Amino acid sequence: MHGHGPLKIGGIELHSRLIVGTGKYPDFPTMQKALEASGTDMVTVAVRRVNLDRTQESLLDYIDLKRYTLLPNTAGCYSADEAVKYSRLAREVGMSNLVKLEVIGDQRTLFPDNEELLKATKILVKDGFIVMPYTNDDPIMAKKLEDAGAAAVMPLGAPIGSGLGIRNPHNIAIILQMIQVPIIVDAGVGTASDAAIAMELGADGVLMNTAIAGAKDPVKMAEAMRKAVEAGHLAYLAGRIPKKSYASASTTMEGMIE
Amino acid sequence: MEITLNGKLREVTVNTTVTRLLEELKLHQLRVAVQVNLDIIKRDRYETVELKPGDKVEVLTFMAGG
Repeated sequence: MHGHGPLKIGGIELHSRLIVGTGKYPDFPTMQKALEASGTDMVTVAVRRVNLDRTQESLLDYIDLKRYTLLPNTAGCYSADEAVKYSRLAREVGMSNLVKLEVIGDQRTLFPDNEELLKATKILVKDGFIVMPYTNDDPIMAKKLEDAGAAAVMPLGAPIGSGLGIRNPHNIAIILQMIQVPIIVDAGVGTASDAAIAMELGADGVLMNTAIAGAKDPVKMAEAMRKAVEAGHLAYLAGRIPKKSYASASTTMEGMIE
Repeated sequence: MEITLNGKLREVTVNTTVTRLLEELKLHQLRVAVQVNLDIIKRDRYETVELKPGDKVEVLTFMAGG
């Protein structure tokens, strides 16, 4: 059942339900502080050409690998073949089988190409990867990815970096009912309430980058997101009251003077 | 001899192994992935794989990303 017990993805137990990206921060020290404030224990990274100028600092100088599990992505890949290639390169760099699988179908929206995504998922699962595909908020696609062996399914709340929030909470709710593997809402979060909404729906976790990195104060926003994810998760576990059209008094009329 | 390293021409000595190249680049202690002409070279082959003139070599690592 979603949201109950510790979050486990492909045998990895996560204490925090917030996964954070490492892109777009003003600088590495800010990123480092923001990651700490977020309470996360899994951070995403990209695979790119190494900087041959060794005098410059690198991302990994600022990430404590004893503390954070790296989740390499396949950002920028537009076909299954390319995404498979980048996953294998990531495995070589990181010596782990985790991958946040992205196969993008369109440059402007960065919406996933689900056909290629499913194809890549099948290949990588066979190859021993722990595959976490980034997909649309489409329950049927989510089911196909689960059936293909995805370790978690990561539907978007809204387009990457858009900050539009959870545009279709009903689909996320249906996905949660249909899918057994962990559901991580990935992309679209703009502010703390968006993260809380995703968690209140029963999502197992939230993955975000721009909402924190692009905030005026990324460290404060990271703390806000930690609290929002925790609050939303607790509210889900607590079980909210049903919505009603009319008032229902909190104070009894009994005992009022006549 | 000349190879293409991360998209740029580079002069290396004949019979340079992947290990040797990474040492020359001061990358041997970093987490990297190496691809030669579209083949990913596994870590345990770094010592034995020798580069040939015209090889297209890519050295990749983890960078910031979401």
